[in-house]
This record gives sequence, C-alpha cells and structure tokens, in this order.
Amino acid sequence: MHELAITQNILDIAINEAKAAQASQITKIRLIIGELSGVVGECIQFYFDFLKKDSIAQNASIDFETVPAELHCRDCQTSFKLEDSSWACPCCRSTNLEITNGQSCFIESIEVE
Amino acid sequence: MKRIKVLKNIASANDAIAAQNRGLLDRYNILAINLMSSPGAGKTSLLLGTIAHLRHQLRLAVIEGDIASKIDADRISKEGIPVVQINTGGSCSLEAHMITNALEKLPLKTIDLLFIENVGNLICPAGFSLGEHRKVVVSSIAEGDDKPAKYPIMFSLADAVVINKIDLLPLQEFDLAGFHKKVTGLNPRVTIFEVSCKSGHGIEAWCSWLLQQLQNHRKT
Repeated sequence: MHELAITQNILDIAINEAKAAQASQITKIRLIIGELSGVVGECIQFYFDFLKKDSIAQNASIDFETVPAELHCRDCQTSFKLEDSSWACPCCRSTNLEITNGQSCFIESIEVE
Repeated sequence: MKRIKVLKNIASANDAIAAQNRGLLDRYNILAINLMSSPGAGKTSLLLGTIAHLRHQLRLAVIEGDIASKIDADRISKEGIPVVQINTGGSCSLEAHMITNALEKLPLKTIDLLFIENVGNLICPAGFSLGEHRKVVVSSIAEGDDKPAKYPIMFSLADAVVINKIDLLPLQEFDLAGFHKKVTGLNPRVTIFEVSCKSGHGIEAWCSWLLQQLQNHRKT
C-alpha cells in the first residue's frame, strides 16, 4: 500500500520543482529506484497514472532506473554487486558487509515546458 | 523543454515532518524508540515486559500503530501507561505526520521514554523516519534465522535488535551464531539482545540499555 503515499510524494516534489521553475507542465519524471529500497516501479506507474490527472503532470511519463545493490566487504575491501541472497563476500565469504548503494529511491530530474 | 535536476529523496517530505517531531520530543527531553518487527514477533509483549521492569524508574508512554483494531492499546492501557492508538487504515507503516497528531494527545511534560510500536512489517517502516531517536528491530526465533538476509535494510538501520522467544531455541532449527554474524556484518554498531518475554530472560539487559540510551540522550 505504501506505493500510493510514495507516488503522491513523487508527484508533490515534481510539481513543486516545476512551479518553482515557472513551468506550465511536466513532461517527464526520472526516478532512480534502489534495488533494496522496497519500492516497486510497476506499482508507482499504476498510481502515477491515476494521481497525475488534472495536475500539471497530467501528460508526464515516468522513467525508472533501477540501481543494483552494491556492497563493500569490510574484511578484504572488495566492492561487489549483490548477485544472490547469500549476503557473503564473493572473495573471502565474509558477511561483514556495508551496503554502499541501492537503498534509496529519489527523483533524479524532471523535464518541463 | 527544460530539464531540472531534482535529486530529492522521495521520503523528503516525511523526513521534514520527522525532524519537527524530533524537535518537539527534544524540547520535552523525551527519548523516542521506534519499535519494528514482522507481525507476531512480540513487540507488544516486549513492551509489557519493559513496562513491568521500568515503570517505577521512568515515566513511560506508548504510541501503538496498527492497520486496524485497538487490541494493543488496550493491553498497554491496562498497565496505566499513557497510550495513543493509531490505525493506519491499510497503510503498511506509520508515517511522521501520524506521530505529530499522536504527540498532541500525550502528556509530553511527564514522559521520559516514549515507545512507538510500528505496524508489523519488516519492509515499509524502514523507509519512514518518525522523528525517533533510536530504531529497534524485534525478530523472533519462530520466524527463522533468515530474516536479516531477506530484510537487510531494516537490520542495517537498527540501533538494537531483540531476538525474542529465545526459549523456543531448543524446538527450532535456528542458527543463532549465524544470525548474530549476519546482523553485525550488516551493522557493526548494533547491540543484540536475546530475550524471552515469556520467562523474562534478557529483559534486564534490554532495560539497562534503554536507561543508558536515555542517559546518553540527555547529555547531548
């Protein structure tokens, strides 16, 4: 259910930015979704098409880029992308790992007219 | 056509409200704990055990978050502790603005330690700061030892992890050492407690940690 609230946030942020730039409409929103963020692009798309009606984003499309989870091994200093759910370093099998990328979800940019 | 760089986290609106909540709590010198777990891990039982242990030393209060019902608030209320029930009506996590409303209903002048029991869910609550000072994750033996691998973000954000229902260990295949290793691997600064709310095992160590956190918080 929280994709509804998230989508409303995305729309609010985009509309505020567009208004601050004195734009009359938003044509594109570029969203970066971290693999571990728990945000599901398909759900965002579904709610977005519903929520954007009658706003300056009504003709906007939403582009998703998924960022894979990246980890750093604190023992052997290897940085790697998470390929399976083993949560172990591929070099030394350590589980002493820092998540360095893929946790967050943010609006990278918007296109306006 | 014009492209505008935004680079704003989608939770930024929530985070701003959370910061206001934290400011309000700080004015009243209250330490707030965001208690998170999957449904049935024992958040409310842990609260009841904690209340029994700390009620004569500290002034406690509770905000209960559930999708529906006031079962948990009733359980806390019986103990004579101020409690506010939030029903999220389908939303899978508490959000900062809900806490703002709940704080208006609590006697802030007479609270030392405030527990916010989040909606039972190991995914969504990790994304919403509420203005709390500490995040605590409760995970129980009955859920299995794979939870840190399946919900890494939740465990990586926790200040403390309580492994509840430790009395079930002899009945369950649960790699306790592996669980510890996985959690501290993801999160080296975490403190882990092994607790049985049923027998009371570990409640004292957990409560000492809470007292220490309150002390540290009031020094800053």
